[in-house]
Amino acid sequence: MDIHALQQIVHRTRDARRKQIIPKLPPAERDQLIHKYHPDYRASAYRPIRFGPNADDRTVVELATLLEGDSPIAGGFDLTPHYQTDVLVVGGGGAGCAAALHAHGAGAKVILATKLRLGDSNSVMAQGGMQISVAPEDSPVTHFVDTLKGGHMQNDHQLLKVMVEEGPSIAKWLLSLGVLFDRDGDGNLHVKKGGGSSKPRLLTCSDYTGLEIMRVLKDEVLNQKIQLLEFCSAVELTSNDEGNCTGAIFKDLDNHRHVVVAAKSVILATGGIGRLHIQGFPTSNHYGATGDGLCLAYRMGAKLMHIDTFQYHPSGAVYPEQLIGALVTEGIRSEGGHLVNAKGERFVNELDTRDVVSSSIIRECEEGRGIRTMSGRVGVWLDTPLLDAEQGPGTVEKHFPAMMLQFERFGIDISKDPVLIYPTLHYQNGGVKIDTNSETNVKNLFVAGEASGGLHGRNRLMGNSLLDLMVYGKRSGLTAASRAGAMKQGTLTLMHLQRFRTEAKMRGNLSGVTSPMILPSYTRKE
Amino acid sequence: MAQEDNNVIDQPEVIRHKMVTIEIAGKKYEVPEGITIIKALWYSGQEVVRGAGCLGGFCGACAAYYRTKDDPKVRTCLACQMAVQDGMSITMMPPFPARKATYDIQALDNPKQDLFNLYPEAPLCRNCNACTEACPQQIDVREGVWKAVFGDFKSVSEMFMDCVMCGMCTPVCIADIAPNLVALYVSRAQGAHFTEKPPGLDTRIKEIQDGRFNDEWAKILTMTEKELADHCATVK
Repeated sequence: MDIHALQQIVHRTRDARRKQIIPKLPPAERDQLIHKYHPDYRASAYRPIRFGPNADDRTVVELATLLEGDSPIAGGFDLTPHYQTDVLVVGGGGAGCAAALHAHGAGAKVILATKLRLGDSNSVMAQGGMQISVAPEDSPVTHFVDTLKGGHMQNDHQLLKVMVEEGPSIAKWLLSLGVLFDRDGDGNLHVKKGGGSSKPRLLTCSDYTGLEIMRVLKDEVLNQKIQLLEFCSAVELTSNDEGNCTGAIFKDLDNHRHVVVAAKSVILATGGIGRLHIQGFPTSNHYGATGDGLCLAYRMGAKLMHIDTFQYHPSGAVYPEQLIGALVTEGIRSEGGHLVNAKGERFVNELDTRDVVSSSIIRECEEGRGIRTMSGRVGVWLDTPLLDAEQGPGTVEKHFPAMMLQFERFGIDISKDPVLIYPTLHYQNGGVKIDTNSETNVKNLFVAGEASGGLHGRNRLMGNSLLDLMVYGKRSGLTAASRAGAMKQGTLTLMHLQRFRTEAKMRGNLSGVTSPMILPSYTRKE
Repeated sequence: MAQEDNNVIDQPEVIRHKMVTIEIAGKKYEVPEGITIIKALWYSGQEVVRGAGCLGGFCGACAAYYRTKDDPKVRTCLACQMAVQDGMSITMMPPFPARKATYDIQALDNPKQDLFNLYPEAPLCRNCNACTEACPQQIDVREGVWKAVFGDFKSVSEMFMDCVMCGMCTPVCIADIAPNLVALYVSRAQGAHFTEKPPGLDTRIKEIQDGRFNDEWAKILTMTEKELADHCATVK
């Protein structure tokens, strides 16, 4: 059927739906729904990891295979460094830029290496906002409680307390650098309500929050003349004879040469795993989101946590074909947008946590109340025109310019017609286990941002990622910088790799792939 | 048509699946109609390293030039956001060596005047409007440059909120202005110097420093798992 004919039911039922109130699910029902429909509970997608620090823990097959993968670096590799630095930051997204700026600001010599360009990351795409408890009726404690609820009570309390308490000072730092957060009439920071939050707490820059923050941070990294190694992908770390981290080996993607960097500390800010397309899901993630940091840290002996849980963002575009997987920001639901099935019914409180909303969309589709496309996708409607109906014409355009433009390019006006959505692989809830200084169990190896684990428990709350990046980017940078003065550069060896390979042989061998993946292989072969 | 098929969206590209001929950097390839330019690159067997980033239209890595059949006009786009059509000619934009001024944003004395020291070419705009035409984000770039020069930093910061820093406005400028970099400076100056400080933020920072929430923390952090879960359930 013509898409406009199918959309009519959304227009017809709009007025009736506006009066309807759907409560959030009580814990028992919520758990039941998630266990039945959330992709994290599809047992056949999982297997135990055979060796390494998380031997016998279960994770998705795609990640287990990479963690057990072999390094591209051979035993006798020449480790003479091309560069030496106090702090080596791997990754050029939000966490990497924050780490580099703070370490540099504290007087350390910093090198920032990144696989693509400075700033190419998921951070730049963050649309929903950044949770910081700045409103008078809100508090860091409430932020803590909301996050804990969202994370199924599995969050590391210390990591979480640090994040919520340092939030306001992060907002101040970003403002001082010139980030233009939305304001209220009285000059205070405007806060929006996000899914799973009891108070309005999202700081936003329209629906360009990540882009605005990243434009500023990137510019600041350049202004501070921090040394960059762009198009350099980390392929292995180095360790000294005590097992501490002492540097990294990169592959220059332009000339295919290896680059060795000796560093007193290494901060992995390598982001997430969306491009592994776990369970065949499309993804909202950037081109380089292949979980490189997890593989590197794992071979060094760093313990991972919560790596069996991923976030499937409820609203990934399903139509048009060109936008598949692209995110339709949660902000639409924050402002009252309804999710509507093929029968014109709402089926979930749209502001419930992401895992609940995603599970309910999957339920609707599996039970035949989805809308299908001819290319074999299925989804439900997100009633975007409702925002204009509720708040006046022009609301969608004013509040969601990025989204308007993205669909407009394909001839779709989302202020007039609803969009078809289905969950998309969005975020790795877990990652490398860190302490409150962002350090792993491997000394002088730090992990910040999405690559780290523990903070978000088993489901990250909307808007907490941008704050995570800034807080733990800062903490890793400051801690690494503070050590540099009193510390000598350790020797560069591959002893950790030798251990890893020996263990692999004993415990069922390597998976046969080389990791990290670096980039997904989308290029069509003959 | 069976009853359950009523909920299927018609997709012309699926009903009439067809291959089209496009030109990538001067070479012809057959690719499926309607896929994005980036996907067309992969489809035609090319390894993409430079020229792809977020794949969501936010990072500006995939700036590209294209021309449609029989049209002399060369247009710009983000390759992850543009569908291919028959007869299209495409070339990815190489990195352009624009000069970025460096500055300490907080230490600026007179940001509106400093603009002319940092970017002395900014007032030399000759009004050709090529930058505006080159912008894949539909920003009125030329207007923005003039507003910057006349000190209307607030308007510039609002106009350029959509800017993905692809830099396509720069190679076309006959006055060698890099409008996106000018706008970035202006926007940062607007935020750091001409926007009032939110009073509530300092209050909250001070509350945290003064330990206003310490009692609440002490209560929460000493709860058993069960108590904490019950407490969380009371917060709606």
